[in-house]
Amino acid sequence: MTEDEKPQLPFTLEEGLKMFLHGVRHSMELGMALEEITPQGLVVRLPYSDKIIGNPDTGVIHGGAITSLMDQACGLAVAQAMAPDFDITPTIDLRIDYMRPAEPGKDVFAYVESYRKTRSVVFTRGIAYQDNRDEPIAHCVANYMRMGLSKVPWTPTKTVGERQ
Amino acid sequence: MSINEIVLQCRETNDYARLVEAIPYARTIGMGCIKAGEEVIFTLPAIKSNIGNPTLPAIHGGVLGGFIEQSAQLHLLMVMETPTYPKVVDLSIDYLSAGLFRDTFAECRVLRMGRRIANVAVTLWQAKKEEPIATARAHLLLS
Repeated sequence: MTEDEKPQLPFTLEEGLKMFLHGVRHSMELGMALEEITPQGLVVRLPYSDKIIGNPDTGVIHGGAITSLMDQACGLAVAQAMAPDFDITPTIDLRIDYMRPAEPGKDVFAYVESYRKTRSVVFTRGIAYQDNRDEPIAHCVANYMRMGLSKVPWTPTKTVGERQ
Repeated sequence: MSINEIVLQCRETNDYARLVEAIPYARTIGMGCIKAGEEVIFTLPAIKSNIGNPTLPAIHGGVLGGFIEQSAQLHLLMVMETPTYPKVVDLSIDYLSAGLFRDTFAECRVLRMGRRIANVAVTLWQAKKEEPIATARAHLLLS
């Protein structure tokens, strides 16, 4: 067996998280993309687009699109915290505070982390921002339940679910 | 025509389809509303672009969140004395069971209508109203 043939995860964490994200149809519909993986968490981008406008008079995007972004990003942070194991982790609850309206025409970024993992629950938190992480447009906390359905490492054939 | 003008028109005719049609995000998730006398039920038809978990399949939790926010906003527009488009300040959602790939319905209750802030409770269900798939509460800024 050569060095290359040693058994190992068939892909990197980044590839695994991208597979997860790309399997979530609505997130793809909104054009979300994994921007960055940090030791504590990750960053997901939500591009500005006409279809997520909440107020047509101002062009400000709808809070719902930010909720989708935060639920998706926190779900990815859960997967990151679970890796290299994989589990189905539905959202138990999600709380979001909108600090200020998003500026029209600009992308929104979610910077999230999982800050505690127990046998049954994974706790996450994060912010949504545009230009500057110090001026968030929203704060979010979300908890996810570990179903304990699968302990096997991710495999390329497995379709990774986002929630429930 | 501005949103506030559309709201005034919808209140006169008691038909809010035009307002839903005017909001791009509401169109994206395919929302609608049914008026039955004074009661109103918001609808989120099962459309593929709203799917989150592809294996179940289930509706994206964020879409349910967006549906809740938009329902609360529209509901307040229908009951406010002088309608201005309410802004969501915060939102807390409890996901009680999977939002399966089915039509989803929402009903709002205004628990408190202050001068500046309203507290709205939202219940989401699919098969039966007695078996909610999610409950939420939201605070909205009215002015």
